Amino acid sequence: MNLFLSPVATLGRNTIAALAMLGRVTLFMLSAFSHILRPPFYPRELFQALLQVGWLSLPVVGLTAIFTGGALALQIYSGGARFNAEAVVPQIVAIGMVRELGPVLVGLMIAARVTSSIAAEIATMKVTEQIDALTTLSTHPMKYLVAPRVLAALVTVPILVGIGDIIGILGGYTVAVQNLGFNAATYMQNTVNFLEARDIISSLVKGGVFGVIAALMGCYYGMDSGRGAQGVGRATKGSVQAAAVLILAANFVLTGVFFSI
Amino acid sequence: MIELSDVHKAFGDNHVLRGVNLSIPKGTSMVIIGGSGTGKSVALKCILGLIRPDSGLITLDGKDVTKGDRDAFLARFGMLFQGGALFDSLPVWQNVAFRLLRGSLKRPKDEAREIAIEKLRRVGLTPDQADKLPAELSGGMQKRVGLARAIAAEPEIIFFDEPTTGLDPIMSGVINELIREIVVEMGATAMTITHDMTSVRAIADNVAMLHGGKIRWTGPVAEMDASGDPYLEQFITGSADGPIEAVR
Repeated sequence: MNLFLSPVATLGRNTIAALAMLGRVTLFMLSAFSHILRPPFYPRELFQALLQVGWLSLPVVGLTAIFTGGALALQIYSGGARFNAEAVVPQIVAIGMVRELGPVLVGLMIAARVTSSIAAEIATMKVTEQIDALTTLSTHPMKYLVAPRVLAALVTVPILVGIGDIIGILGGYTVAVQNLGFNAATYMQNTVNFLEARDIISSLVKGGVFGVIAALMGCYYGMDSGRGAQGVGRATKGSVQAAAVLILAANFVLTGVFFSI
Repeated sequence: MIELSDVHKAFGDNHVLRGVNLSIPKGTSMVIIGGSGTGKSVALKCILGLIRPDSGLITLDGKDVTKGDRDAFLARFGMLFQGGALFDSLPVWQNVAFRLLRGSLKRPKDEAREIAIEKLRRVGLTPDQADKLPAELSGGMQKRVGLARAIAAEPEIIFFDEPTTGLDPIMSGVINELIREIVVEMGATAMTITHDMTSVRAIADNVAMLHGGKIRWTGPVAEMDASGDPYLEQFITGSADGPIEAVR
């Protein structure tokens, strides 16, 4: 009997734990947004977060996009050749980068770079009692630490996605023109003519959602961290895992939503 | 006057506080002693609202600390944390002037910096330390910066959590002396947590011993050595033999 019930009990416990965590994360998110909207505001912290999340992520976003765009052009050319459709490279690179790969890859890069950094920083602050110190100094940690980071991600990640989309398309363009014999002007014209406003809007909306997920997961796991170096390590690992999975899940949901509109 | 009445706090199965009753009269220095893990820091954090007690009442000047304007309540406190808890990303002077650069006590930046430098001088640090980052300072200097931060806004009540832990005896003596001087000159109410009996004798007007989640003994520091309480005697002498188990 126990042998039969044990896996069911484990499944039940894990389900309850997962639902409880979902509830905690939801409350955390609502609290973060309420602190973004209510004064006092901390412009210095916001500026630093904009710099950290946005500006300093540009190199990794640019490199990821350019290599992905180049590889995408090669793959489409090679795959398209099987049914004489090599000419669609500009269109597929554009739509692939803007609708899907641009936002997802930028989101995952932000999860790797920013989520981990936020989680490690806040978790270390918690372990060293800096969060308690903030509270005793009449400063709400959600307002001082979480709100600026989430707002910065909400603002900068769509911009990064837009830049990533452009660089990715340029990567595909460079490979197509230099290696695959495409005409430069025709390639660009095909790309521009094919993209619709809704493609670009969906890309930027995804960027905003992924940015919020990345920053929230970093902040949540950091604030929820356990004691010592192990606690900081777990918080960092957990935040990146959660952010990556949630970004991919949100991408699926948002893609479905945009297709249905 | 700070009063704790029948305060309980448990973390899972671990009942840390089991009915703490304690009064700290205004303008006096209370030192709480007790073994590691007896809940001294938990009691302190309950007063500040950093931890919510499971039951019991904590009042400040007769008012429940969990009710009323939280910012106004916290503005009355300064706290020196065990590890300093300085903000790594801010230079020393901004750590000290943190409260003066934002919120209800906000001052112009130049004025806040002046006050920070004056407080740094008060704790024996020169102005050239003001622009350094906390990581560039020694442990003793970080403690002093923490102390300067605790007194920067001239609070009515100051908490000191293990102020001499990790410091050499000379630096411990300096910190103890500073705490005593500052508390006396500011007329502040002070609550200190420590294991260090030298600190107790240097800082305390009154002493309370926390053991088994309750206040085991409390009284003036002058009466501590003649208390007749076997737990307190064992703690003062640091003996392995006595009612407090050496291996916990």
